[in-house]
Amino acid sequence: MTAPMVNLTIEGRPVAVPPGTNLVEAAKQAGVLIPHYCYHPGLPVAGVCRMCLVEVEKSPKLAPACATAVAEGQVVHVHSEKAREARKGVLEMLLINHPLDCPICDQSGECELQDYTYQEGRADSRYREPKRFNPVEDFGGDVMYVPNRCILCTRCVRFMDDVAKDTVLNVTERGDRAHIGKFEGKDLTHPWAANVVDLCPVGALLSKDFLNKARAWELDRTASVCTGCSQGCNIIVETRDNVVMRFRPRSNEAVNEFFMCDHGRMNYRGLNRRDRLEVPTILGPRGHEAVDWEVAIDAAVRVLKGKRAYVLASPNCSNETLHLLSRLVKKTNGVGSFRVDQGIEAPLPGVTDLALRADRAANGRGAELVGFTRNETPLAGLQAGDALIIADHALSRADLEMAGRASAVIVLSSTMPAGLARADVVLPTCTVVEEEGSFTNLRGRVQRFLQAKAAPGLARPGWYVLADVLQAMGESTAFFLARDVFQDLATSNPAFAGLSYDQLGLRGLPIAGQAAGVAS
Amino acid sequence: MGFPHTPHPRETQVLSTHFGDADARSVDGWKKRGGYQALANALGTDPVAIQNVVKESGLRGRGGAGFPTGLKWSFMKLGDGKPHYLCCNADESEPGTFKDREIMRWTPHALIEGCAIGAYAIGAEDCFIYIRGEFTEPLQVMERACADARAAGVIGKNAMGSGKTVNVWVHKGAGAYICGEETALMNSIEGKRGNPRIKPPFPAVAGLFGKPTTINNVETLTAVPHILNRGADWYKKMSRPDNPKSTGTKLWSVCGNIARPGNYEVEMGFPFGEFLQDVCGGAPKGRKIKAVIPGGSSVPVIPWEQAAAAVMDYEGMVAAGTMLGSAGCIVMDDAQSIPRQAARLARFYAHESCAQCTQCREGTAWTTKILERICAGDGTAEDLDTLLSIGDNMTGKTICVLSDSCATVVSSALQYFRPEFEALIKRTTIHAVPQVVAR
Repeated sequence: MTAPMVNLTIEGRPVAVPPGTNLVEAAKQAGVLIPHYCYHPGLPVAGVCRMCLVEVEKSPKLAPACATAVAEGQVVHVHSEKAREARKGVLEMLLINHPLDCPICDQSGECELQDYTYQEGRADSRYREPKRFNPVEDFGGDVMYVPNRCILCTRCVRFMDDVAKDTVLNVTERGDRAHIGKFEGKDLTHPWAANVVDLCPVGALLSKDFLNKARAWELDRTASVCTGCSQGCNIIVETRDNVVMRFRPRSNEAVNEFFMCDHGRMNYRGLNRRDRLEVPTILGPRGHEAVDWEVAIDAAVRVLKGKRAYVLASPNCSNETLHLLSRLVKKTNGVGSFRVDQGIEAPLPGVTDLALRADRAANGRGAELVGFTRNETPLAGLQAGDALIIADHALSRADLEMAGRASAVIVLSSTMPAGLARADVVLPTCTVVEEEGSFTNLRGRVQRFLQAKAAPGLARPGWYVLADVLQAMGESTAFFLARDVFQDLATSNPAFAGLSYDQLGLRGLPIAGQAAGVAS
Repeated sequence: MGFPHTPHPRETQVLSTHFGDADARSVDGWKKRGGYQALANALGTDPVAIQNVVKESGLRGRGGAGFPTGLKWSFMKLGDGKPHYLCCNADESEPGTFKDREIMRWTPHALIEGCAIGAYAIGAEDCFIYIRGEFTEPLQVMERACADARAAGVIGKNAMGSGKTVNVWVHKGAGAYICGEETALMNSIEGKRGNPRIKPPFPAVAGLFGKPTTINNVETLTAVPHILNRGADWYKKMSRPDNPKSTGTKLWSVCGNIARPGNYEVEMGFPFGEFLQDVCGGAPKGRKIKAVIPGGSSVPVIPWEQAAAAVMDYEGMVAAGTMLGSAGCIVMDDAQSIPRQAARLARFYAHESCAQCTQCREGTAWTTKILERICAGDGTAEDLDTLLSIGDNMTGKTICVLSDSCATVVSSALQYFRPEFEALIKRTTIHAVPQVVAR
């Protein structure tokens, strides 16, 4: 298990790494960034961009750091005169046929070509000849190709060949005429294909969905977890002016390595709905009347009094909200139930245990762990006299019919469930990007997500509303933060025993009795 | 395609003995001329013994790099339980080189015999001859000869009745210069795009289909049966007395502005000046040789004075400021414009760059554009420095040496013939093409 470590010096900093590590990764551990384009930790090494050339003492030629394994006693110079000159040469060559259209390029601001050129490139170009031109091409799926900006690092080709295992892309032609080509009759329609956009270090592969929408520097980035399925891919939510612009994968080798699927990526759209519930309402003589939170909470407690709480909770609710819902169920001797929408499972073959799962919800496992029952017809057990609480759950036609049996309906939701005729109390809540919380994925890994934007109107996190309701019912719920609720969950539910927000960090931990992670 | 010329008395014919002898193309005809005797003997000896004889003979790779063949073979770990492969590099695409073509056209069985011995010596059962895509006639000849040899039991499951398996297969390339690079060649055989691979791992560790592989040039393998037949000492003697590092004979392809172009076989250490003037007949009538590229387009061009004093072996050519390379000798007389020739060669490299490494993909094309602009009369004073600087960025920084080769052409042309470039830039010459004189 513990192989002897290899000791080397990178930029004067001693570092010990396992044998077989390449110099780029070793340098990362030493806190040194070796500039690179074609190298990506999630892809096979190509060694073609020649950007990561470094000087290794006692070696006559500059070595490509990505394709050079560490050796005992190696002394590596990343920023020596010789290495810097080589990189300057590469940067100049990469730019000679590049259109230099940063002002209209989507990648601008998050472009590695831009970054390294500013960092150590030439201030001017010696190129006086006409530039090579190739037209923009639609690669299918969500991907557009701008060949003039392409530096032919082949990350996209290697991703499709070796990770997605769907051979769609290739390098067409030779010399400076070369560009990324698509095999005849094939398109980038693989369910994970849009990762090539993230992998592209320059503005050559762009998302058609995100095209011309925002500049990289205008975006605020927040760590979160995808709600597209039960895999729980770690993501970054990017917002501008309180609007979610896009999702991008966040690396976590225990869950999704560096990738996320196209289905999850497009899920951001549902978070920008305009028909949000913004104020609490109660059903009065003049229909739904907007009221203060105190009034609404009191109304909810009044409605619940003496009734069984029949909770229909969305499997996309956080562990915290679900935990307090389960306390409500327990208090009223009620029922907790949910349904998980199904879709086609789409694995990413190159990564162990990574797939777009058939269960298209983030927290079905969490709902089960707090004692909720998974059911195709979750309202089948609803009896006359029950108070139905709908927590962000969508209603099918059958659900709507069965919901009619309830003697009272409380909606605890970000949007009004479509088709619902009557709701005695409506309590507006936050979406996943508007609150802090945690999910439990299908392998039992608990992962935190953070608040990315402000909630509209008076909407509050579900757990916050429920804490007030429970308090009004005489329970002790002195929770001020989501972490307090999680602490309560960890002390009361053995599955979550020993976990806390501090320990979970942003990469998550498995619940008690689970292996360390999906990929390990 | 020309018929072989009458041998010059100063040539030493070993490999070229049967050039032009159509009967030598058949199995029986080849056996009549002493062929396949070396293979029969070899299959009865220990592979290590064969390696040692070749090592002792001093035979070096004829493809360009000049790596000692016996040493290369000894890198293959015999009995490691893995399949071994031998690749014969017949992708002779180096501009100016056409020696392997003649070997394959006239003496296909000589190559098959060399391949079979080479395969046996490295513990391989299969040898793949990778033939350049444009070589239609050599391909036909080789395919025919392989089929004949297999039918005659020379190669196959029970080669020469020895009970040992030695197969020789012919694989046709698709016409890419880069597939002559050994790792690109292996990719091409595997059915992949002909891109050179990063080394390490070296082919002897993980080559064709990920298995230990040796790659030898056509001429190298063809020389092996002669060495086994006549002994390492005989081969070693064909060298300069003061330089035992280059041994044997070498086929030289001579083309360009020369009275008698063609393939010539001479011993290592032959004086280059006499070779060009005497054996090849010197420059066309009324002209003078100005410059020579002695080893195929990838080696530095040198002026005639330097070439005339050079000696034709690996070390001699290095001493003259160039390299022996693949011995594809391109002769340029005083009617040629060096900038124009450099531009033409740079265009070749720009066309053939596999597009993997940045410096090569962009640098070869950039170099070409600048040179062609200079030739068109639009050069500027700083262009020459830019060319050298680009060349510097293209040297020693890429996966293979295609990029270095392009830079070599330009830097050597600038080193020896800078005034010609400057004259074009200053427009003291009206155009880059000097008047062609009637011969």
